[in-house]
Amino acid sequence: MEDLLVQGLSGLASASSLFLVAAGLTVIFGVTRVVNFAHGSLYMLGAYLAWTFVTRGAFDFLGPFWRFWGGVIAAALATGAIGAVIEVTLLRRIYRAPELFQLLATFGVVLVVQDATLWLWGPQDLLGPRAPLLRGAIEIMGVRFPRYELFLIAVGPVVLGLLWLLFHRTRFGVLVRAATADREMVAALGVNQALLFTGVFALGAMLAGLGGALQLPRESVNLQMDLSIITEAFVVVVVGGLGSLPGAFLAALLIGQLSAFGILILPKITLVLVFLVMAAVLVVRPYGLLGKPPQGLHAVSGPPEPLLAPAPKALRVAGAVLLALLLVAAGVLPDYELSVLTEVLVAVLFAASLHFIMGPGGLASFGHAAYFGAGAYAAALLVKHAGAPMLAGLLAAPLAAGLMGLLFGWFCVRLSGVYAAMLTLAFAQIAWSTAFQWVEVTGGDNGILGVWPDAWARPKPVFYLLALVLCLGGALLLRRMIWSPFGAALRAGRDSPLRAEAIGIDTFRTRWFAFAIAAGFAGVAGAIFAYGKGSVFPSMLGIPRSVDALLMVLLGGVQTLAGPIVGAVALTGLQEQLVRFTDHWRAVLGATIIALVIFFPQGLAGAARGWWERRA
Amino acid sequence: MTLGVSRRGVLAAPLLATPFLARAQAGGPIKIGEINSYTAQPAFLAPYRNGWILAMEQVNAAGGLNGRPIETIFRDDAGRPEDAVRHAGELVNNERVDLLAGGFLSNVGLALSDFANQNRRLFVASEPLTDALVWSRGNRFTFRLRPSTYMQAAMLVEEAAKLPAKRWATVAPNYEYGQSAVRWFKELLSRARPDVEFVGEQFPALGRIDAGATVQALAGTRPEAIFNVTFGADLTNFVRQGNTRGLFERRSVASMLTGEPEYLEPLGDEAPEGWIVTGYPWEQINNPTHTAFRTAYRARWNADPKLGSVVAYDCVTSIVAGLRKAGNPETEAMIAALRGLTFATAFGTGDVEYRALDHQSTLGAFVGKTVLRNGRGTMADWRYAPGGSYLPSDEVVRSMRPAPV
Repeated sequence: MEDLLVQGLSGLASASSLFLVAAGLTVIFGVTRVVNFAHGSLYMLGAYLAWTFVTRGAFDFLGPFWRFWGGVIAAALATGAIGAVIEVTLLRRIYRAPELFQLLATFGVVLVVQDATLWLWGPQDLLGPRAPLLRGAIEIMGVRFPRYELFLIAVGPVVLGLLWLLFHRTRFGVLVRAATADREMVAALGVNQALLFTGVFALGAMLAGLGGALQLPRESVNLQMDLSIITEAFVVVVVGGLGSLPGAFLAALLIGQLSAFGILILPKITLVLVFLVMAAVLVVRPYGLLGKPPQGLHAVSGPPEPLLAPAPKALRVAGAVLLALLLVAAGVLPDYELSVLTEVLVAVLFAASLHFIMGPGGLASFGHAAYFGAGAYAAALLVKHAGAPMLAGLLAAPLAAGLMGLLFGWFCVRLSGVYAAMLTLAFAQIAWSTAFQWVEVTGGDNGILGVWPDAWARPKPVFYLLALVLCLGGALLLRRMIWSPFGAALRAGRDSPLRAEAIGIDTFRTRWFAFAIAAGFAGVAGAIFAYGKGSVFPSMLGIPRSVDALLMVLLGGVQTLAGPIVGAVALTGLQEQLVRFTDHWRAVLGATIIALVIFFPQGLAGAARGWWERRA
Repeated sequence: MTLGVSRRGVLAAPLLATPFLARAQAGGPIKIGEINSYTAQPAFLAPYRNGWILAMEQVNAAGGLNGRPIETIFRDDAGRPEDAVRHAGELVNNERVDLLAGGFLSNVGLALSDFANQNRRLFVASEPLTDALVWSRGNRFTFRLRPSTYMQAAMLVEEAAKLPAKRWATVAPNYEYGQSAVRWFKELLSRARPDVEFVGEQFPALGRIDAGATVQALAGTRPEAIFNVTFGADLTNFVRQGNTRGLFERRSVASMLTGEPEYLEPLGDEAPEGWIVTGYPWEQINNPTHTAFRTAYRARWNADPKLGSVVAYDCVTSIVAGLRKAGNPETEAMIAALRGLTFATAFGTGDVEYRALDHQSTLGAFVGKTVLRNGRGTMADWRYAPGGSYLPSDEVVRSMRPAPV
């Protein structure tokens, strides 16, 4: 009994920590609609800054109490200032860009911060001091419980209360709430939006920094903090309902408690629990626990998508020339260059399949790697357990991935905007943890080895040509489908669901099938990738791969058909080259992404189209 | 679209021409392609790379191999097996390396070993711990230096079996290494002590331990002893919560790798005392070989060596010894040379051997107890546990390996 009580208290302490980070994220999203991938980086910076302030004794002159607490507060404020700088220099320039484009910019920030932190603070984990007055433990029903954890339990509700006062009792707060409800209207009423957005972003960053700084007496400060917190923070925000502070609080409590008690019953559930919670909540409540459906037709306001236009003749000629060059390459280039080109081709098909559902389908997926991985695993499992030839694997891949797409898609396409995206992420993580933990079948994280192509396809030029046919063929087929009646119906459903329904289009079924088709093509890409690498690992279904696909589509430009192709080539090429030339490839890649985002807010292909149209 | 490809072409063109030229020069350097998760695991791999470079510089300063210097091309796989395989392809095809080495994460090691097997190249795995690398998925092109999960678990079992404790609980990161370590520990300890029972287990997600809840869940099972496999940030958080909540009081703890400076030093003055650990008490090993290594390392890098530094140093030593024995870096000659090869470890504890049986080296580890000295954790009552003594019998190993090597 007393064990269960203390277990519950431990859950409350974790919930409080989680809430602080999620609160900032939800406030930022509510007002600016920015999916701030860099929120975890701000959390990490807060922890590192606090460590520096406290251990260097920046506030020693105020006595031992303020040595610690002064450092924590200063770290939170400094992180807020960093947030303001990011908003003013980067995000302010791209609020008009297409939906989710800001995610690309914040991802660039993540990469730069990772390298900068390593450079400034070194690779070793750092251990902060314990908090004055809150060292040690007290006895609760005979079980020891740390004082600091009790303090954390109190911090969550206090911060929630302060934020409530801020949002309901100050002019700034009222404006923030107004902007959350309808930012166009607030702008029309003459409110200085730029200042408001900067203020909100700084506030959110400060909360993240505070959350990180408060971990100092509890956890080590390390370079993995950013990515380990960001997904969970997103889950809390989405489960609570985007933009809803009480919702985030409730969700943090729910997840904290379920995690604390879940491990008592199923110790191995740690990998997947939060995603199971998110999937369950979103299936039952599509806008989270306390979220409200957005008013108006669009889940996210932004400039409308331009009408698709057929490729100009010059582009087609260029495409044909390129195709010819790629064919010739098989006979000319040495093995390694061919295998890199194969990887680029795989990335092209993978990105094109995501674009199919994201562009014309209007449904962003944060979990597209699930289908890539499903294809890879289908092929690998056939090889491992049935000794099947490669062609059987290549056939099974789109089937398996497509079926999984049908299953998951049925739930996901009912939702819209970030909710749908996060539900795809939840399903992807469930698939990932299945691959990770079902060791008997999938080999767990040690993966499946020996997935090499059949003897006839083993020479690199042959395999390259096979990949060329399948990947470019797949990408062109997807492109053809966008122009077909099915694609037109899909686009109609995206642009105006009511009108589409009125003329007899079943928008749900159209999007559902589109989701499954996109999944199937991703599966083909995954199978080729598996045969190209000779092995399959759970990381092929992991979040980083989903993010890669998202980055490619956004980088290329979601509103153009050539976008995913350009984005895939650019990102894969950049990564492949940078890793070889510099140890600081993350900083360079991040800075490049940021620069591309600022100069080409419509994506690379979008910018090229703009240039072409202006010229003409 | 054209933009991206032509850009690649421009960048790739100068790279294509160089390797063939270098190859043509007789007496050119012997090239090693080293792949590791440098950006994903910097705390462990920065000292590792330092150790590697030190060993390489020493060999080259002494004239190299028959006048040929050694050159290493480092690549960062960012913790992704598929990237490691791509780098392997590049190193073999473009850089024309003579052999591959490296790997920190087990799945990266396995992916590289399978690549080596498929492409008939030598791969000397330095760090990865998984038993599969030399046993269930072993192949004739792969050798592994570090004592494996099984060996480290067996070293701890030897000490754990001497304890009076009968009720054990385990805590391990939720992935292959953690699960294997727990499985071996349970199996070997139950064999040594049939009266032992395992009353609880926790598997926190790697890098994301919910330490308070995990500690409380373990305490709730009222164990007499705990077997810990967490490391890095998870270990720090686990120890902090465990200390405050009194989890380790009047309980014995056996802990994998915790005596390694990489994991012990970040704990500072909160390092636990009296834990039975495997590790590397670098400041206390004062035999001539190790002292020379430590002095050279400090002189070169102005820092103290970590375990990773020794692993890298020994890895280079073993490759060089193989090259001397084989006379040339050709793969089949090297495999023949490495099988049964003996070489000296920087630990200064004598020669170790790459077993012909399964290509596992007999490098050992230090087993001892943690103590606090001058406000930092270190090891006491330690001894060197030679790796060869903690391996299963040859028949068992043969039955686990897929095909004779």
